[in-house]
Amino acid sequence: MSKRIIAKKLMYALITILIVLIFNYLLFRVLPGDPLAMMMRNPRATPDQIEAVRRLYGLDQAWYVQFFTYFKHLLEGNLGISFVYKAPVAKVVASKILPTILMVGLAEIIAILVGILIGVVAAWKRGTKLDVWTLGFSLVTYSVPTFWLGMILVVLFCVQLRLFPTSGMLTPGKNFISTAALIGDLARHLVLPVLTMSLVLIGEYALTMRNTLIDVLSEDYIITARAKGFRERYILLKHALPNAMLPMITIIAINIGFVVAGAIQVETIFSWPGLGRLMYEALGARDYPLLQGVFLLVTISVVLANVLADISYAYIDPRVKN
Amino acid sequence: MKIKDFGKAIFKNKLALTGTVTLLIFILVATFGPLILPFSTMQFGEVEDILLSPSFAHLLGTDDMGRDVLANLISGARISLLIGAVATAISMLIGTLIGILAGYFGKGIDNLLMRFTDFFLVIPWLPLMMVLAAILGTSLWNIIFVIGITGWAGTARVVRSQTLSVRERQFVERSVSIGAGHAHIMFRHILPNVFPLVFANTVLVAAVAIISETTLSFLGLGDPTMASWGMMLHYAFAGGATAAGAYWYYLPPGICVVLVVLSFTLLGYAFDEILNPKLRGR
Repeated sequence: MSKRIIAKKLMYALITILIVLIFNYLLFRVLPGDPLAMMMRNPRATPDQIEAVRRLYGLDQAWYVQFFTYFKHLLEGNLGISFVYKAPVAKVVASKILPTILMVGLAEIIAILVGILIGVVAAWKRGTKLDVWTLGFSLVTYSVPTFWLGMILVVLFCVQLRLFPTSGMLTPGKNFISTAALIGDLARHLVLPVLTMSLVLIGEYALTMRNTLIDVLSEDYIITARAKGFRERYILLKHALPNAMLPMITIIAINIGFVVAGAIQVETIFSWPGLGRLMYEALGARDYPLLQGVFLLVTISVVLANVLADISYAYIDPRVKN
Repeated sequence: MKIKDFGKAIFKNKLALTGTVTLLIFILVATFGPLILPFSTMQFGEVEDILLSPSFAHLLGTDDMGRDVLANLISGARISLLIGAVATAISMLIGTLIGILAGYFGKGIDNLLMRFTDFFLVIPWLPLMMVLAAILGTSLWNIIFVIGITGWAGTARVVRSQTLSVRERQFVERSVSIGAGHAHIMFRHILPNVFPLVFANTVLVAAVAIISETTLSFLGLGDPTMASWGMMLHYAFAGGATAAGAYWYYLPPGICVVLVVLSFTLLGYAFDEILNPKLRGR
């Protein structure tokens, strides 16, 4: 892909991020029911006090001054102070990034591998019982609310079978004698959240893989390959699969928003100490600076991930190079 | 494809037929069910009525407030389906309008509208909904608004690309030559031609709308006075129904959501098969 197109894509991403920032700014300041209005609703607040609060938050200044202050603070990494944690939002958010990446990353890797495998087999054995089951599984997991699936897995594996812990990342108050013991405990806590996340994702990946592969298998060059007398397995692996993989990259990128939604629900159900759980807590406590901080981080990461997928797509597929 | 042929294709397609029948049953129950309920959903029970397992008096048991679960489930159907339907209608309206405007006018307007659409397409939907719902406050109409306003981007893209091709057809050119206005061409000539696509897209948007309502309510953003299926699950989770083993409480609302969403998904999948010949069975 030419540098010009990459620059254009990056510019579009920047514009999107700019819209996100403006949107974020407006959302928390202009809409009815902003946090300050709630604070000022106290009937005993005197006009002087209200004025003092207004000045404290810079609301006495012109709107463009407020807007630039907001941007200046953002660039400095100053996202305000969390109401609940009584600590800088940036700090609180930063401490929750790693658990989310660990859980979501693992689930994504498993879902992609298993999804592709199931999709390929289903497309290959098209019309058989296996294909029908795959289709059924995919459609059902696509329709199940993630949090509800999590609830059922909790009942099944924690309440009934007592196999795995129900919540958290590590057993609280436990002293670990070795790193291995710590990793073991972490792994036990990881199983159910990762299982829930990947189950929800596998269906969609498998279905996409199946459908694109069926599409590709009906192309002329596959018929040509057959006419040349190549073995079916060779055609599948060398001719069809590479081409069917391309749409998968797009789906995985588009799906990131869905993954974020899943993470929020899974972390809520399993009390996983990540960004999703943080967002849920911030929502419950109406901790607006924190809510805003997580929202900003999540949306900007998703926008960037999409651009990266877009650019890497062009590197893999020579047809979209220009 | 003509509408009549489309109807025939649906009737022949097993998946589509299953989806349609299931949805019809749910719509019937949601419409008439609440009228014949022997229990009021707001009728709280005594202490000894809490979390009763299923019996003849309470076919699906009672919840942690001593209310009849089946009664709540049926009145919840009405609320969940209402939210889903209105939110979907809002999404389809915005999506179709923006898609047609962008595709028809092209150039600067297209560019501007599509940047706007991309923004909604790329932004993760649940955090956006959570933030919007948190700020607007939890009421039935706010939830509908939030779901409707976030779900139109995919439709806009599909409608735009179809509009681009319809615009080039001869009958549009003829209309222009006899002096038809923009509005006339867009709504009399282009809209009918993109409509089948809009229709096929509706079921997918509806599936997402129902899932969204359930998720938002579960996260505590639902209207507390309107017990939708999502709110029931919210109370079940908050009230520890899973730990108490009250399967009659946390299973039915979830199963209903899955059945409704699955029906929409089946329809969507069937439409895809009908409209995309490559996927048709060999």
